[in-house]
Amino acid sequence: MLSLLRPGSNPRRELEAAAIALLLSIAIGSLLMLAAGVSPGRVWFAMIERTAGDPYLLGQVLYKATGLALCGLAVALALDAGLFNIGVEGQLSAGVLACAVTGASLPESTPGILAIPLCLAAAAAAGAVVGASIGALRAMRGAHEVITSIMLNAIVAGVSLWIGNEVLFQGGTTRGNTIVEGAQLPLLPMSGSSVNAALVLALVVVAIVWFLRVRTTWGRTWIAVGQEPAAARAVGISVARVQTLVMAGSGALAGLAAANFVMGHKHAFEEGLGRGTGFLGISVALLGRSHPVGVLLAAVLLGLLSSGGLAVGDLVPKELMEMLQGVVVLSVAAAGPWVARRSVTVVPEVAA
Amino acid sequence: MVEAELTKRYGTREVLSLATMSVRPGTVHALVGENGAGKSTLVKIIAGTVRGDGGTLRVGDQSIDLARWDRTRARAAGIGIVQQHGASAGTLSVVENAVLGVEPGGWPLIDLAETRGKLRALGDEVGLPVEPDARTDELSLGAAQRAEIVAALHHGAKLLILDEPTAVLTPIEVEGLLATLRRLATEGRTIVIVTHKLDEVRTVADDVTVLRAGKTVATFSTAQGPLEVAAIARAMVGADLPTVERLPAPPATAPEALKLERLEVGTELAAITLTIKRGELVGVAGVDGNGQRELALSIAGLVTSRGVVSIDGRDASQLSPARRLAAGLAHIPEDRLHGGLLLDATVADNLALARTDITGRFVIDRARVAKHAATQIEELDIRPPDPSAIVRGLSGGNQQKVVIARELSRPSLRAVIAAQPTRGVDLGAVVRIHGRLRAAAQAGAGVLVISADLDELLALCHRIVVLLRGRIVGELDGEQLRRPDAREIIGALMTGVELAADGDPYLQASGRVSP
Repeated sequence: MLSLLRPGSNPRRELEAAAIALLLSIAIGSLLMLAAGVSPGRVWFAMIERTAGDPYLLGQVLYKATGLALCGLAVALALDAGLFNIGVEGQLSAGVLACAVTGASLPESTPGILAIPLCLAAAAAAGAVVGASIGALRAMRGAHEVITSIMLNAIVAGVSLWIGNEVLFQGGTTRGNTIVEGAQLPLLPMSGSSVNAALVLALVVVAIVWFLRVRTTWGRTWIAVGQEPAAARAVGISVARVQTLVMAGSGALAGLAAANFVMGHKHAFEEGLGRGTGFLGISVALLGRSHPVGVLLAAVLLGLLSSGGLAVGDLVPKELMEMLQGVVVLSVAAAGPWVARRSVTVVPEVAA
Repeated sequence: MVEAELTKRYGTREVLSLATMSVRPGTVHALVGENGAGKSTLVKIIAGTVRGDGGTLRVGDQSIDLARWDRTRARAAGIGIVQQHGASAGTLSVVENAVLGVEPGGWPLIDLAETRGKLRALGDEVGLPVEPDARTDELSLGAAQRAEIVAALHHGAKLLILDEPTAVLTPIEVEGLLATLRRLATEGRTIVIVTHKLDEVRTVADDVTVLRAGKTVATFSTAQGPLEVAAIARAMVGADLPTVERLPAPPATAPEALKLERLEVGTELAAITLTIKRGELVGVAGVDGNGQRELALSIAGLVTSRGVVSIDGRDASQLSPARRLAAGLAHIPEDRLHGGLLLDATVADNLALARTDITGRFVIDRARVAKHAATQIEELDIRPPDPSAIVRGLSGGNQQKVVIARELSRPSLRAVIAAQPTRGVDLGAVVRIHGRLRAAAQAGAGVLVISADLDELLALCHRIVVLLRGRIVGELDGEQLRRPDAREIIGALMTGVELAADGDPYLQASGRVSP
């Protein structure tokens, strides 16, 4: 299945796949709306118009998109190296826990210049540890990363809730201590929405990943491992090491998304904080065809769909908008192979 | 039997422009041409696995509607095809593959018992014995191919198309296959064989169609007298072939480039001891599956092995694959599609794959990558001459040139392992690749050529060793290779056949013949 999800190298074709997926989703979404008895045209129009016209809603979309971009980038990075990291949810949870605990245990007077990097490092490191263990299990023991990710998701969720209950949660609530002021990221001025400086962080990270992927030997190496591990091995690349490192990097990106939720918004460990972002990140990576810029656009789009529900809540049931997110993933899964199959006729097999 | 005049376009590129082929029933018809000439495409359209864009096709006395012609219809019309790289599902057995898609028995149950017996009987009848219960991925390439031929005949193929069937076979297997094809034709079946090996054409073909750049440029037939191989070769390449001389052997005092001492890989390779001097080309002959793969991989450090591998006089046994490459080794893997190339990457990127001497350590030096690509494309005549071309779209020969160029352009090359360097590659590319291997030796590298093609080894090598069941069972040096019966001696060693009487004095002299 992975080979069908994995992106190719022809940007035009990737764009085509994303466009087809999008049109397909819109078509299916419209049918769903018709079935729900509302006019699709009205809903789509209202979703765009109301969101674009309301700084608060726009801010909420961007807040969602920030977390989604980082999680999507995490999935995309692993996909590049031929690994399907569906453990982003767990890596994000580990990041949230580590970030909040670090932020809350710093001395009250820690300046931002120290507190922010420390919290970011803790979040990334926690995600990286979870990711690396998945990668190492795959590389050393051949355990399939999809299975181990699912298991680790459950374990991380259990452990963090347990730690929360035992140590962190304050008197009858499901909220831990507030992180120090220095570690709190400023909100961006958008009518009181939750969008915060983590958006800038996400943009910087996207740029860094793009640069690594396209312009450096690291990127070539992990893409080689993803495309043809046997060839990578033959030219001296240690596939096991690359897989482990890429999964660590992927986990770190997922962990960094904690900045958006903990440092930028809730300022504390909360049960269920950021939940679902990791899973939706998979859709983001698939829709974005694994390209950093594609991921960014896909994150905004899915952010719009998940926040857009709020905007058109009076027109369609909320569940319909949730279904739409699933429809997007299915459409990508359908469009990818279709484009890939067509491309077979574009690239001739002229051997002999 | 088949009258074809076909056109096929891929995008804007026309790979067949009304290429014609006329196959008479009961004959062996050879379709020859260089890589990229369109041979595979032509037979695939006839077999219904690729759709034709224009032209006409007649099968028997039936005119075919190209737009609706597919594999199912072709099979029903009695056309069987054995594809170049095989088309078997590896985890299934021979009999399971044979019935794939047309399972006998009442749905949903499959009844294999009858087919099993029929396959075995049919295989014995046509001289291609098969083991119906063997798993396909555990068979040698030759055995897997035999199974596919028998399966095609089992499905009632009257016309059997074989796409480069000999590319993966040993000389002995080739001989057997060609004899079988002749016999099948005598029994009334019609054979189309795609090849670019002219000695095979001479041995087996009644009629010959020559394709060049998507057009039929010549036809030959034994009906008009014996086939003239030289004329066929001229038609294929459009010019006379250049001849090359064997390089002079390096002096006995030349330093060691690659030394293997008691190299062992599981039960596949047993205590191989071999020294290759700088400037020397040493061939490894043998039937596929006698340890060649393990030999190449263990030298490159890609499988666990025991014994000592020394590169340029230094013990490399404990080194990682990357460090062995850094120590002066180059490795041309036997299967370019699975282990040699990133098919979805560009020619330039493949040429610079993991070559930090070209790319730089971290940020890629794009100017140098481009310059390197331009140089190599020029030197090996890689086509299309476009560094940004995706490798998947290149012909087999040009893909192989990319691998050769990347590996042999490594700095301070000391030892080269070239595993099946010209498998499935056209004549023009063979000449380039052999030239490049010679150049590497001339520049001071020791070259180990592992090949199932004995002609290739005889043309290139100063010395040939023969592998049988993971052991070196014989060795012929320059003097012995010039003997007229060198080919038979190697053939006998490859198959483990005892030579007549007291054995061969030359082999005894080399002292390497195992009992």
